[in-house]
Amino acid sequence: MSKEPQKLTRRALLAQGIAVGSAFVVGAGYVAGSSAAWAMEVAHLQPATMATLIQMARDIYPHDRVADDYYAAAVKAYDNADQAPVIEAGITALNAAAVGAGFSSYVGTGWERDRVDILRGIEDSPFFQMIRGGLVTGLYNQKAVWPQFGYEGESFSKGGYIDRGFNDINWI
Amino acid sequence: MTAPFDLTDDSVVVIIGTGAGGGVLANELAQKGVSVVALEAGGRYLPEDYINDEWESFGQLAWLDARTTSGDWRVADDFSGLPAWIVKAVGGTTTHWAGASLRFQDHEWKAATNYGPVQGANLLDWPIDPREMDDYYTKAEDKLGVTRTGGRAGLPGNNNYKVFEAGAKALGYTEVHTGRMAINSAENDDRLACQQTGFCFQGCKWGAKWSAAYTDIPRGEATGNLEVRDRAHVLKIEHDASGKVTGVLYADKDGNQHLQKARVVCVAGNSIESPRLLLNSASSMFPDGLANSSGQVGRNYMRHMTGSVYATFDKPVRMWRGTTMAGIIQDEARHDPSRGFVGGYELETLALGLPFMAAFLDPGGWGREFTTALDSYENMAGMWIVGEDMPQETNRITLNHDVTDQYGLPAPNVHFDDHPNDIAMRNHAYQQGIAVYEAVGATRVFPTPPYPSTHNLGTNRMSENPRDGVVNTHGQTHDIANLFVSDGSQFTTGAAENPTLTIVALAIRQADHIAGELGRGNL
Ligand SMILES: Cc1cc2nc3c(=O)[nH]c(=O)nc-3n(C[C@H](O)[C@H](O)[C@H](O)COP(=O)(O)OP(=O)(O)OC[C@H]3O[C@@H](n4cnc5c(N)ncnc54)[C@H](O)[C@@H]3O)c2cc1C
Ligand code: SF4
Repeated sequence: MSKEPQKLTRRALLAQGIAVGSAFVVGAGYVAGSSAAWAMEVAHLQPATMATLIQMARDIYPHDRVADDYYAAAVKAYDNADQAPVIEAGITALNAAAVGAGFSSYVGTGWERDRVDILRGIEDSPFFQMIRGGLVTGLYNQKAVWPQFGYEGESFSKGGYIDRGFNDINWI
Repeated sequence: MTAPFDLTDDSVVVIIGTGAGGGVLANELAQKGVSVVALEAGGRYLPEDYINDEWESFGQLAWLDARTTSGDWRVADDFSGLPAWIVKAVGGTTTHWAGASLRFQDHEWKAATNYGPVQGANLLDWPIDPREMDDYYTKAEDKLGVTRTGGRAGLPGNNNYKVFEAGAKALGYTEVHTGRMAINSAENDDRLACQQTGFCFQGCKWGAKWSAAYTDIPRGEATGNLEVRDRAHVLKIEHDASGKVTGVLYADKDGNQHLQKARVVCVAGNSIESPRLLLNSASSMFPDGLANSSGQVGRNYMRHMTGSVYATFDKPVRMWRGTTMAGIIQDEARHDPSRGFVGGYELETLALGLPFMAAFLDPGGWGREFTTALDSYENMAGMWIVGEDMPQETNRITLNHDVTDQYGLPAPNVHFDDHPNDIAMRNHAYQQGIAVYEAVGATRVFPTPPYPSTHNLGTNRMSENPRDGVVNTHGQTHDIANLFVSDGSQFTTGAAENPTLTIVALAIRQADHIAGELGRGNL
C-alpha cells in the first residue's frame, strides 16, 4: 500500500512523541492516534490541547470499540480562531482540576474513573456542556461510525427492508 | 391547472398553513368549487426530495424560527429553544408524522362530564356529538387509507413489533396489533405499499404513508380552485371597522410583504403559530388579539402525556428496520380511575436511528451508563407512550417581546407544567412499558423523558359557551364570523389518541360547513 511509508514515519514520530492519553502529540502542529492510523493538523489549538480534548471526548462518551479517529473528527471543528481561546482556557482549567486532585495533568491520570471524577466536578460548566452537547451530533452523526453500533442508515437505495429482514429475528 | 388569484380578490377563502388541518381543508373546499388561496410558510418538498438521514432531514423540514420555553417540563431544560417538533413545508407536519390514525373513544368527547372535576384542570366537553363524527371519521380513514379500517389489511409486524407483541401477550394484554396506520399495506389510491424502509419520520420516499403534500394539495390544485403559495409567511390578519377580517399580510420568500384580500380566513398554523398569529394581530379594536374576548387564545396548551420506554436484550432486534410506529397496545386507553388518574394512554412501537437515539435517550446524559446503552443499540426495542393530558389555563403560548423572529415579530413562548394527573399516568405507563419488555427478557430498561412536542393542541379551543373557548363547534371563532381555526389548536381536550385523524375529520366537517354557509350567503 502506498500509505505504508507515511504510516511508518508517523510511527517513528510517535516513538519520540509525548504520550498524552490515547492520543499523541507528534511534533509541531500535529496530533496522532496511538494506533498511528490517523493524524490531524491543528492550526489554532496547541497540539497538547487537542490531544487532551480528544481524551475528554472519549471520557464523556466512551465506546471501547470506537477508535480515536472518530472522537478527533468530532472535536476538530473547535480548531478555529474564534473558539480556540475558549478551548485553551477550558483545557487549562481541566488540567488545573486534575492537578488539584493530585495528578500531573488530565491525561496524566491512569484510570478512566479518575478522569470521570474530574469531569463530574466541572459538568455544570459552560465549557463541559459545550463539548458534551457538540459531541451528541459530532460523534453520533458521523456515518462512518454507525456500523460500530450496527446501525444501517438509509435503506431506500437498497429497496427498503421488505425483502431484507424487517422481520428477521427468530429468537422471540 | 393551478389558479392564480389576484391579491385584491376579496372573494377567496384564505387558509394559513397547509398541514393536516389546512391542507385537507384547502382540498375539500376546492373540490366543492370554493376559491382558495393557501399560504404556507415553508417550501415544497416531494418524496424525491426527502432525505433519509435524521439530522439532515430535520434541517430540511423542521420549523426552526425563534421560540422560547418556560415551566417545569423537562423539555424546557433539555431543548429550551425547541419546544416542539413541527414541520415548515407544504403539507406541514404530515410529512414527518408516523401515520398512527385512531378515533377518539366516545367518552373522551365529554371529558368534563365523564371525568368529573379535576383540580387544576380546565376540563370541558367538546361541543360535538360523538355520533356526528362517525361519518367524518370514515371519510377521513378512507382519505388517508388507514389500515384495519374500511376493509384495508393491517401492516406486517417488523422486528420491533415482534418483541413488543410477545411482551404484551405475556403480560395478558389483548388489544395488540400493528396499528391503524395511514400507511398502505397494499397499493391504494395511486400510492405504493410500504417498503419497510424505516424513515417514516423523515418523509416517506415511496409515498406509502399519507401526507397532504402529495395527495390533498395537488388534487386540490388540479381542480383549478386552489392556489398554494409556498414560502409565504403570514404576519398579521387584518380586519375592518365592523370587526370582520378582510385579508392577511404575508412575507414572500424574498421578504417582500403583500396583502391578500379574503372573504373568509382560516388559521391552520399548528397550535403554537395559530394563537401567536391571533395575538400578533392585535389592533386598537382588539387589543388582546383577534378572537380573544374570552382570554383563552393561547391557553390550555396540550402536548399529550408522553414518554418512551426502550429496552435492551441479549440478542439483536434491529428496531430501525421497517415502519417506525406500526404497533399498538390499547388495553390502557380506557378511563379507569382505579389506576390513580383519569383518562388513558396508548403504547405504540417507536424506533429512532442512532443519531436521534443519542440525542433523546437521556438528554444531557454522559459516561458509561449512557454509552453502554448505545453500545447495545442493535439489541434495543422501543415504544412510545401517548396519553390524555389535562388542559390547564396556565399552560399557554404567549408573545415573548424580548425575542423576535426574522420578521421582527415577538417569538412565541411555550409554558408548560405537568399536571399531577399527567405525572401519575406517565409513571403508570413507564411501569407497564417496562413490564412488557421484562416479560420477554429485557436485560436493561430505559424510561425515557418526553421529546419536544410532536402533538400540539388546544390553544384555540372549541367551546359551547363563548366565555370558555375561542371557537364554536365548526371551528368558527366566537367573536368574528368570517375567521376560522382549522388545525389541532381547536381541540377542547386531547384524548389518548394521536390527533391527526381527528384533525382531518374536523377539517372535512368544517369544509362542509364553510361551503354551506358561503352558498347560503351567510359568510
Ligand atoms: C415526528 C412526528 C410524528 C408524528 N406522528 C404522528 C402519528 O403517528 N399520528 C398522529 O396522529 N400524529 C402524529 N404527529 C402529529 C401530527 O403531525 C400533527 O398533529 C399534525 O400534523 C398537526 O396538524 P396541524 O394542521 O395542526 O399543523 P401542521 O401539520 O403542523 O401544519 C401547520 C402548517 O402551518 C404552517 N404555518 C405556521 N405558521 C404559519 C404562518 N404564519 N404563515 C404561513 N404558514 C404557517 C407551517 O409551516 C405548517 O406547514 C407526529 C408529529 C411528528 C413531528
Ligand atoms: S417504512 Fe413504509 S411508510 Fe415508513 S417511510 Fe418506509 S415505506 Fe414509507
